Amino acid sequence: MNFQVVVLVGGASKTLTPLVSKDVPKALLPVANRPVLSYVLELLESNELKDLIVVVQGQDAAVKVGSWISSAYADRLNVEVATVAEDLGTAGALRVVAPHLVANDVMVVSGDLVTDVSPGALAAAHRRHDAVVTALLCPAPVSGASDSGASGGKDKAKKQVRYNIVGLDPTQQFLLLLAAGTEIEKDIRVQKSILRAAGQMEIRADLMDAHLYAFKRSALQEILVANEKFQSIRQDILPYLVRSQLRSELSSNYQSDMEESWHGKDTVQNIQTWRSQHQAGARLSFPDLHSLGFNDGNRKVNDHLPATRKSHKCCAYIASKSTYCARVNSVQSFCDITRDVIGDSSHLSGYSFSLQNNIIHPSAQLGIKTTVGPQCMLDEGSQLGDKCSVKRSVIGRHCRIGSNVKIVNSIVMNHVTIEDGCLVQGSIVCSNVQLQEHAVLKDCQIGAGYVVTAGSEYKAESFTKK
Amino acid sequence: MVQKKGSRVLSDDTDDIARMKLQAVLLADSFTMKFHPITLERPKVLLPLVNVPMIEYSLAWLESVEVEEVFVFCCSHSQKVKEYLEKSKWSKAPNFSVITIESHDSTSAGDALRTIYNQGVIHGDFILVSGDTVSNACLRKALQEHKDRRKKDPNAVMTMLITHSKPSSLTHQTLIGTDEVFMAIEPKTKQLLYYEDKANLSKGILSLDHLLVSGSPLNLHNNRQDCYIDICSQEVLSILIDNFDYQHIRRHFVKGLLVDDIMEYKIFTHEISSYAARVDNFRSYDTISKDIIQRWTYPFVPNVHFSENCPHSVLERQGIYKELDVRQSHTAKVEAFTVVGKDTSIGHNTKISNSVIGQGCIIGHNVLIKGCYIWGNVTIEDNCKLSYAIVCDEAHVSEGAVLEPGVILSYKVVVGKQLVVPAYSIISLCPQPSQLDSDEELEYVDSNAVVIESPSKAEFEPDCSKASIFGHGYIWSHTDGGVREEFWRQSVAPIPLEKLEELSCIMHAVESDLNQDFDSLPVSGELQHDSECIDCDDGDADYDLDNDFEKEVEATFLRAVNEVPGVNEDHVILEVNSLKLSFNVSYADCAGALFLAVMKLALLDNHSTNKEFLASTNRVISRWKDLLKHYVKTVDDEIEVIMKFEEMCSESTKEFSPIFTSVLDRLYSEDIASEDAILTWASEKEGADESDKVFVNQASTFIQWLKEAPEEDEEDD
Repeated sequence: MNFQVVVLVGGASKTLTPLVSKDVPKALLPVANRPVLSYVLELLESNELKDLIVVVQGQDAAVKVGSWISSAYADRLNVEVATVAEDLGTAGALRVVAPHLVANDVMVVSGDLVTDVSPGALAAAHRRHDAVVTALLCPAPVSGASDSGASGGKDKAKKQVRYNIVGLDPTQQFLLLLAAGTEIEKDIRVQKSILRAAGQMEIRADLMDAHLYAFKRSALQEILVANEKFQSIRQDILPYLVRSQLRSELSSNYQSDMEESWHGKDTVQNIQTWRSQHQAGARLSFPDLHSLGFNDGNRKVNDHLPATRKSHKCCAYIASKSTYCARVNSVQSFCDITRDVIGDSSHLSGYSFSLQNNIIHPSAQLGIKTTVGPQCMLDEGSQLGDKCSVKRSVIGRHCRIGSNVKIVNSIVMNHVTIEDGCLVQGSIVCSNVQLQEHAVLKDCQIGAGYVVTAGSEYKAESFTKK
Repeated sequence: MVQKKGSRVLSDDTDDIARMKLQAVLLADSFTMKFHPITLERPKVLLPLVNVPMIEYSLAWLESVEVEEVFVFCCSHSQKVKEYLEKSKWSKAPNFSVITIESHDSTSAGDALRTIYNQGVIHGDFILVSGDTVSNACLRKALQEHKDRRKKDPNAVMTMLITHSKPSSLTHQTLIGTDEVFMAIEPKTKQLLYYEDKANLSKGILSLDHLLVSGSPLNLHNNRQDCYIDICSQEVLSILIDNFDYQHIRRHFVKGLLVDDIMEYKIFTHEISSYAARVDNFRSYDTISKDIIQRWTYPFVPNVHFSENCPHSVLERQGIYKELDVRQSHTAKVEAFTVVGKDTSIGHNTKISNSVIGQGCIIGHNVLIKGCYIWGNVTIEDNCKLSYAIVCDEAHVSEGAVLEPGVILSYKVVVGKQLVVPAYSIISLCPQPSQLDSDEELEYVDSNAVVIESPSKAEFEPDCSKASIFGHGYIWSHTDGGVREEFWRQSVAPIPLEKLEELSCIMHAVESDLNQDFDSLPVSGELQHDSECIDCDDGDADYDLDNDFEKEVEATFLRAVNEVPGVNEDHVILEVNSLKLSFNVSYADCAGALFLAVMKLALLDNHSTNKEFLASTNRVISRWKDLLKHYVKTVDDEIEVIMKFEEMCSESTKEFSPIFTSVLDRLYSEDIASEDAILTWASEKEGADESDKVFVNQASTFIQWLKEAPEEDEEDD
């Protein structure tokens, strides 16, 4: 397909503390006992996109991610791992790897994406329209539907999140407007010239930028060189491309490229046909427009159009409502996604579920009268004592769990020790944590290696090892 | 029992519909001057459109959509409209009553509807159209939708009919010569959320209220045309009564309702695919005539006898319609899309194309007529050349005359032999009214000039260059819209190619300007919504706001000082208070900003030495202390003032730094800064950097004195 894929992987993420630490970079955070990054990589692999550059923030993280990739995907994917400084934005990261890009089109995807949207379909749409950029937009999740188990307060908070304001043409293929969807009380500014060209614009606030883009390589490189201030793809490059689409500044080398020499002309023509289609769709009251000289003149003028008038196309690929698309970018989303992966959207996990709708590794040991409910996962070598109850939770590898332990709606990572009589509810327990006897955790996040003392009770708190 | 009940409800419902007569209001006055000078002599609705008075199209359509009662509102030339209607078959049509309502002091559609409200004749939903509407749309669905919506939501007061039409990307006007319209419509409910018709070309940005897009998707349209056909409920009239300043239905009423979020009245749209347009200007006159000839308006086309005033005509091939008794020379050529009226004679070798010729015209030999509208009893002598002109009744074009594109000859105008009438000339027997004239006609003109926001009325000067040497008539200067260069937009003549080229150049210029506009925006952080960016603070924006506020306060203050000799402090206070509200700042901010302004005033006075400077500063402070005290109420405010002063001394106006202590002393003695405030300020600075403490150190003796002073006071007590 001649697409190169750049996977952008964050290092330490503030929003994911205490789950992310030096030992566990964001990319390797286990979602249903698989590193987050594996979801993207496997999706790409299944779409025959095997030419990858993984850009990792931070040296330490890069080493860890690199070694994990080489062990897991050595013979399956052609992966290069590049390191960039911690504080670089997404555009900055792209700028570092841009000189190494050779394919005609480049796909840029965020490493924390969990989705079943086919990148191949997006790539095809991108090629079909000969677009400069194609962005994947997903319908924003309807809050409360998939995560009925989450506490009410968090649901409400989620509802208030405003997604980007996106303007689309009537066919929903072209991206005409991109505006901030923040709470800032600002009017939405629509360029009339673009609206005129398209005739009609659908403005939606219910779409989410999924951080999966296809770029024309030559254009991307040019923008990155010409605009050194650009920090982020989403905040800088994409808005820039969208707002300048009718007066493209993508210039000489873009045009002088042998392949693209006809391209500029072609897009102008395309936009014109695009327009004339709209005109044709308008009231066809004048079969003999010549007598009016109206459109006739119009066309002639268009022929005279100065050569400087160029345009490029920005496209949107809108995922259908039934697809799953989410990013692991906060503790809440991490919980939601984990729950979805082992629950409603179990096809994402790649596991096959038992009849009881759960996964219990054969090497896991369960004590007497211990129950593991549906939508649960119990991985290799974990042991549960007697009279335990696990509901809608994920338990990682080699955990030792005592008797009379209740784990509900929680995520327990690897090598965790939970002693007798503990209650873990709505919480995330990271690797190597020890919960001493009769500890009670409700809606807590426990960072790696922390020890919760016996009999302590915590609610909605977050701990990290000092 | 239950069944019975059910059936009764049903019958009630049908009764309701049966009882409610569908009413319509037809405005037989457009309240504009776009058809001047023709409309000085005859009302616009009676002007012939393809040889049938315009009002016939509107009434015939209203009859076809099952309207039972039409109120024809007449204003200018009301007598003529009344007479016409009385004579016509409409006065005796069964199940269709036409009632005229007369008013002479109405200057707008808003006034007209208020008059109708006062008559108390409207009992339910009604259709609002103007008398120049040509349509064949079926309204049943729109009416039903409107009714259903009303049942659910009594605030849905109006349904606007729109149709698909793409304005030209160059001229930004539609095929019928009206300005492009930007509309925002909610696709599901069809509610209208935004409407902009007076598009400002220099403004390339359309600003939408962010609240509009909070929920469901929204469609922005540039490819819709307003048909100016509205289904209104009774509330529309009462809203107009409540808002007596609403004149124009679109610019005031619709916009007012869309902006008003208290009453929550809603306007909806209904898109029709059939024909509907209004003869708004000469270009729409041309376009709609052609549409009629090309039968887009079927059944309202020339060879269908849709009203008694329609002449009988026969459709020949290529869209040529001929009425009875047309005497055409065998060598004359009548080409495609032409209508020739009764009793008209056409001479040898004459060529007519794309034109409408009225009844009883005499057209000589070797005449060339292209795209013209020639009304009744016009005489055109031999060898004339007419292109894209409107020639009104009984006009006379003498031998060899040439009418260039866009010419309008009003009634009985005579064009002399061999005369070339330049493009876009308007010639009438009536002199162009000057501004000083005070006849009734002009009053109406004047008040309309306000309504249509005509930028200049200065061009009303009477043009005495009578064409009488060559013929009869005054040449009118173009006044409509006030922009002389723009008359080609709404003329019957096609837009010249040069204009289009010019426009395309302008468009590029505008767009590159826009480009710069956008580029001047901060490049990064435009979309600060990423979850990663949550903790990006927007302190910068706050700072700018502060600065703006200070500038405004300073400007207000200086205005007060400079403009009025005996300045009233109350006025300053009032203005500053309003600024405080609009910028949402605290009293302390006001105090700081005002203090800054006062001190800057001191700076304006000439001064050579520090001593003089101090004196002038002291003078200014004493002069304005009352004003300052108004805002300096608490210790915090006082501290704010001191901090501001300190900031001034160290940053913006270093001139004050040598006299800092003296001024502080003065502030203390004038009770603007209390002892507590100064001491608090000093103690706050205690832990600060050495560089921050410059002024505290400078004032140390004063502070020391202050610290000791209270003890003395106590001793005094």
